[in-house]
Amino acid sequence: MIWLLASILVPALCALLCLATSDRPQLNRRIAVAGAAMLLACSIKLFVDVLDQDFVSFQSGSWEAPFGITLIADLFSASMVLITGVVALAVAIYSLKDIEDSLVNSHYFALFHLLITGVNGAFITGDLFNMYVWFEVMLLASFVLITLGGGKSQLEGGVKYLIINLVSSILFLCGVGLLYAKLGTLNMADIAVRLAASEDAFLINSSAMFLLAAFGVKAALFPFFFWLPASYHTPRVAISALFAGLLTKVGIYALIRAYTLLFQSQFEAVQGILIFLAGATMVTGVLGAAAQYEIRKILSFHIVSQIGYMLMGLAIGSALAVAGAIFYTLHHIIVKTNLFLLGGVIMRRCGTADLKSIGGLYRWAPGFTLLFFIPAFSLGGIPPLSGFWAKFSVIKAGLDDGHYLLVTVALLVGVLTLYSMTKIWAEAFWKSAPNEKKPSPLGSGGWSLLAPCIALAVLTVAIGLWSAPLFGFAEAASAQLLDPQAYINEVLKLENIQQIANND
Amino acid sequence: MDTLIAILIGTLFAAGVFCILRRNLMKLIIGIMLLSQAANLLVFTTGGLTKDKPTFAISETKLPPAGYADPLPQALVLTAIVIGFGLVVFTISLLLKAYRAVGSDDINAFNETDRIS
Repeated sequence: MIWLLASILVPALCALLCLATSDRPQLNRRIAVAGAAMLLACSIKLFVDVLDQDFVSFQSGSWEAPFGITLIADLFSASMVLITGVVALAVAIYSLKDIEDSLVNSHYFALFHLLITGVNGAFITGDLFNMYVWFEVMLLASFVLITLGGGKSQLEGGVKYLIINLVSSILFLCGVGLLYAKLGTLNMADIAVRLAASEDAFLINSSAMFLLAAFGVKAALFPFFFWLPASYHTPRVAISALFAGLLTKVGIYALIRAYTLLFQSQFEAVQGILIFLAGATMVTGVLGAAAQYEIRKILSFHIVSQIGYMLMGLAIGSALAVAGAIFYTLHHIIVKTNLFLLGGVIMRRCGTADLKSIGGLYRWAPGFTLLFFIPAFSLGGIPPLSGFWAKFSVIKAGLDDGHYLLVTVALLVGVLTLYSMTKIWAEAFWKSAPNEKKPSPLGSGGWSLLAPCIALAVLTVAIGLWSAPLFGFAEAASAQLLDPQAYINEVLKLENIQQIANND
Repeated sequence: MDTLIAILIGTLFAAGVFCILRRNLMKLIIGIMLLSQAANLLVFTTGGLTKDKPTFAISETKLPPAGYADPLPQALVLTAIVIGFGLVVFTISLLLKAYRAVGSDDINAFNETDRIS
């Protein structure tokens, strides 16, 4: 139980320490990396505990559920907290060289750890309004991070990000309010129990749609994603990588939690909408990526497109599909963060992010080329890398359930994803630079840029080659999600109530 | 009373969305404020619009009066108001800085990040 609380207390305390030492950059950086390493250790311990016991839960203030706020980690949440720890450590090490002293003085690492606190809080909470609060913590830290540096493009991107995410917070609040009005509770397990018992679907579906819109904005689904390509390429590379890896996945986590736990009894009503949104997200994302010529803009549109695959897993709704969605989320966080970090290294070595004016990296930096090859083609779905297993499981689940149109769309989008990824490959690595310029070396401290990329690439290869244990875990997590009775019993302590009733 | 509050919430939502879609930055901020007031009012109304029934125990029955006003949505709205006000403060300072950097208060002038490069 202490490890459950540690996943939010460790980054919060680290944020306070970093806030206090912001004017001493060297000390600040060491505290930040040490905090991230400690968070990773606590997340690993929490994950091992949840593998043993199936759930780890905690009632805040010892108020009984459903009156108090529950913090609960099931298999899916624990794996997301673990991956957050991995990504946080990788980006913290990358930030050692990437973030200059003036930004460290502007509290970069404190905001970094506040963001991680919000993300972990959203993953482990069992109360819907508490999730709103953690979303706001995460959102406010991200607002400041995205405008850190104060340049014109950062401010422009920041404004677009800010306004659309504020509207999504307001929609979330309305959805929560309407759900409370109908059901009288905010505890997610209790909502699931009361919804299953309730016959009247009319008012429930309106709040479900509010929540779909709110989480859709966060997760960058089809009609809501336009803030992402407008803003993700503007801040510093480390900040971009952190956002790309984590923020949209919190939205997908919330969607999976909402539609497998809360609205499970209404799932058939919304399945058609989810299938349409998954297909539309995939297509619009990849067409956007195919049109761009700047590294981070291509990668930003790819995030949208891959989110479509994760939503496809949720929309199909079978055990294999949800397992595929979970596996896809875990694999994609690692690959996406790695791609953004590597994109940053390309920008540093070649001086610009514009693909038309760089080149020759295959000739001058073959090791780096191999390092880029691994996450790039994992995203494209080339076996034996992790992306292949993820795409395969989602597509097979679609074929098993007869969603042939969606599967066709997914396969075509896969081809286009490969096209846009090979565009980066061909422009930046294979073709020689326009005026035969050699890429400049990384300079001192370059290890801090490359070490996290190498570590994440090794993880991607490991997941690809030994995917059976991880996929077995994803299937266990999916079984736990699709049958929420164990979750409900754990939160509401139903066996205890039954026992007391029997003893009376 | 319920009908009046419902119409009011609807009007606030409509006004907020209309203001957000304007080109001027200042109207954008006002739109955000109107939308957050509308959402807060919506959550508050879920507590029941009764008069003179606070959630205090009456000494005769040791229970609150029947049909008492639900305190939980009021707590939710307090949290939401505070979060909203912090966000609006940040929004105003960010938009001011952005206005100075871009040089125009027209949101259509913020198009440098949208270009297909």
